[in-house]
Amino acid sequence: MTVPIEQGFVLVALLWAIGLVGLLSRKNTFFMLMSMEIMLNAGALAFILAGSLWQQADGQVIYILILSIAAAEVGLGLALLIRLRQHYGDLDIDKLDEMKG
Amino acid sequence: MNMQDLLFLVPLLPLVSSIILLLLAGRLSPMLVAVFGVGSMALAAILTLLIGIEFIRMGGDPFQQVLFNWLPIAGASLNFGLHLDQLSLVMMGVITGVGWMIHWYAAAYMFNDKDVQRFFVYMNLFVFAMLMLVLGDSLVLLYLGWEGVGLCSFLLIGFWQHKADNVVAAKKAFIVTRVGDTAMMIGLLILFSEFGSLHITTIVDSTLEVSQSNLWLACLLLVGGAVGKSAQLPLQTWLPDAMAGPTPVSALIHAATMVTAGVYLIARMHPLFLQVEGILTLVAWIGALTLVLAGIAALAQTDIKRILAYSTMSQIGYMFLGLGALAFDGAIFHLMTHAFFKALLFLTAGSIILKMHHQQDIFKMGGLFKSLPLTSTFLLIGLLALVAFPGSSGFFSKEAILAATYKAHTAGPTLWWIGVLGAFLTSLYSFRLLFIVCFGPANHDLKEPDYKPSSQLVVPLLPLVTLAVIGGFISLDFSLVFGPAHHPNIPLWIEWMPVAASLVGFILAWVLYFPRKAMQANDGLISHFCRDGLGFDWLYEQIFTKPLQLFARINKSDVIDHFYHFVGWFNFSLNEILVVSQNGKLRWYLFGTLAGCALMLGGLLWWR
Amino acid sequence: MNIESGQLLFYVSASIAVLASLFVVTNKTAVHALLYLVVSLLALAMCFYLLGAPFAAALQIIVYAGAIMVLFVFAVMIFNINQSDIDREQRWLTWQSWVGPSLLAMVLLGEIVFVILSQQNWATNSSSVVQIELVDARAVGSLLFGPYLLAVEIASFLLLAGLVGGYHLAKEIPKKNTKQGSRQ
Repeated sequence: MTVPIEQGFVLVALLWAIGLVGLLSRKNTFFMLMSMEIMLNAGALAFILAGSLWQQADGQVIYILILSIAAAEVGLGLALLIRLRQHYGDLDIDKLDEMKG
Repeated sequence: MNMQDLLFLVPLLPLVSSIILLLLAGRLSPMLVAVFGVGSMALAAILTLLIGIEFIRMGGDPFQQVLFNWLPIAGASLNFGLHLDQLSLVMMGVITGVGWMIHWYAAAYMFNDKDVQRFFVYMNLFVFAMLMLVLGDSLVLLYLGWEGVGLCSFLLIGFWQHKADNVVAAKKAFIVTRVGDTAMMIGLLILFSEFGSLHITTIVDSTLEVSQSNLWLACLLLVGGAVGKSAQLPLQTWLPDAMAGPTPVSALIHAATMVTAGVYLIARMHPLFLQVEGILTLVAWIGALTLVLAGIAALAQTDIKRILAYSTMSQIGYMFLGLGALAFDGAIFHLMTHAFFKALLFLTAGSIILKMHHQQDIFKMGGLFKSLPLTSTFLLIGLLALVAFPGSSGFFSKEAILAATYKAHTAGPTLWWIGVLGAFLTSLYSFRLLFIVCFGPANHDLKEPDYKPSSQLVVPLLPLVTLAVIGGFISLDFSLVFGPAHHPNIPLWIEWMPVAASLVGFILAWVLYFPRKAMQANDGLISHFCRDGLGFDWLYEQIFTKPLQLFARINKSDVIDHFYHFVGWFNFSLNEILVVSQNGKLRWYLFGTLAGCALMLGGLLWWR
Repeated sequence: MNIESGQLLFYVSASIAVLASLFVVTNKTAVHALLYLVVSLLALAMCFYLLGAPFAAALQIIVYAGAIMVLFVFAVMIFNINQSDIDREQRWLTWQSWVGPSLLAMVLLGEIVFVILSQQNWATNSSSVVQIELVDARAVGSLLFGPYLLAVEIASFLLLAGLVGGYHLAKEIPKKNTKQGSRQ
């Protein structure tokens, strides 16, 4: 099968942009985390595309590493979110502004 | 051993005494302080006498003693050396002799003052500086002494620092003489650039062709310096206020020695002045005008010391007149006799002030001939010398000056008539002083003083009295300095006119001022004008002080200040603006980062 | 238009992924968003498979959609979303909060797309359409146990750190010193 490769990368860019929109516009930290997952997935797709372009397995290997990173990040992130919720009562990220000034 | 080789000891002794008293501050008893302070002066005076005898015996040739090489500069090396000739011998004699008497008196006068040690430090330092001024063989050493006496004058006028007025007077004296000092410094620099050296003998014996205009300028500036130090027009405003210092200070510095430094300067550099005779005419005119002005001012004063201060100003005017009339020996002669009787007058006034419990207003004295006969007699003798009573020392010296003035081609009859007017005024204010203080009803409450008046206050005055009477018969031989003395051939009426003027003054004073009832100071507008030094203080305040203060006030927050404030203000406002972007919110930061990213990427792409 | 079936499938799954992502981002309810996210991930797995990376596709479904999303679900469960949360979320989602980010994202998207489309040659052959061949698990495995061995070890460190950190951060706070505990 053939896939036009630029369109694949355009898909990557599109997914990344959508994730970005979510990251910047949502106040709820949980949704920000989910948007970040979307962005990560876009990055992973880019690597897979490159791997299939060059017919090498390196793309998939890097995809596996991205996966493990995402897993660790989500684990820690959600733990922090639980703490945040316990402390402030909601998941508003604008409440975390003690480093202002 | 040659006595003259001990010349360096004469300035050294007071210096050493001053340093010892300074280092042992607060540890010596007043008696010990007096021993050091007066003893050093006594030794110096005796040494001077011995050196003088030897000097005259050896014929009076100038004697140079180089002590050490001070500034080794290629081509203009400066030595620290002393130069002894008849002029400096006479000055040295006056300084150490009269100075000894004054120090002796001062030890008794200031005995109960808690700062008496500091007093003698300054007095001895002053004597050292003055001796350097007259003994130095180069103009640099002269300037060293010049500045030194200015400093000590400042320190001594403001001696009683707790009274702010004294400090103000000291500052005024220093600043006004500073104007003259700066002029003199510029003059010295011009002389150095013309002659290549500041050694006095080199300069006066020089056969170099120097530009007349530069010489004119240098001599004019030297006259400026002399005018400042000697309190002549236009820099005379400091002398009356300088009376705020203790009376021995007024006697030593502002009568006998420092104020005569200007006269000495012009006499010492007279070969230079002889090449620019227009300046000598100027000097004569300055002297004459000051003479009259000070006399008029003295007539309106109520403070006994201020009368004597204006009198000093007036007598130095005579000396300047003498210098301008080419009677250098006459001027120095008058300097010597003036030192005798003016020191006598000041110290006597000091005794009166002490006995009057520091009361200085003459209208609150009166009838002192009965209460203080000895002091009043001294006062009378001093005043007779001042008005040049025939036979007193003042008579001979004043006569010498006036005679020369009439015949001199740089002076002439006009100035002679002004001199005669000055004699009249001198007589008038002197006898005014005498009559108001010594005669008439007592306007005071003379109680016994709280301490016994010591005989030490009288004994030093005796030599001065003697010299005031017979000092005129000391013949001074300045032939090796000023050239052979020439006695101008003048008609007899010219010789006796000053005496007649003094007599007229005496009669007028008798009529006006002999107190038949209690006297009071004149309160009219003219009196006040004269009392305030004929408006010079007011004039200088308007011209110099007020604009300077205004300028300082305007410039208080000046451009540099504004710049520094601006820097601070700018940073603060920049901070206020930028701190808005640091609101601690994560999304803002993200947005900022990504926006920057977008911009950079866009820029890159567009540029490609 | 001569589109192969593989290509058509790719376009379909790509559009599903994009749409699902859009729904994730704009949703008010956490669980709904999560489910849409799972859909997006599955669509992406489809894309992977079509690109000749079956191993990656399998891993995407098992690990990403299977484990990580389950983590999210558990977190939602712990959060205990109630009505007030939903109302708050409603309040926060005004249209003004979308303007800036959308603009920025569109700018960035435009730039990246421009860069992508302006590339001349993507591979050794000049044609922009490449023939995709399968890269199977064996190839991936030999790489993982070969050149990328160290990377695997480091990834395991990372996961260990995540594990320990996650445990510590979400630990139960002892009741008696709640005040200073919550400050940690």
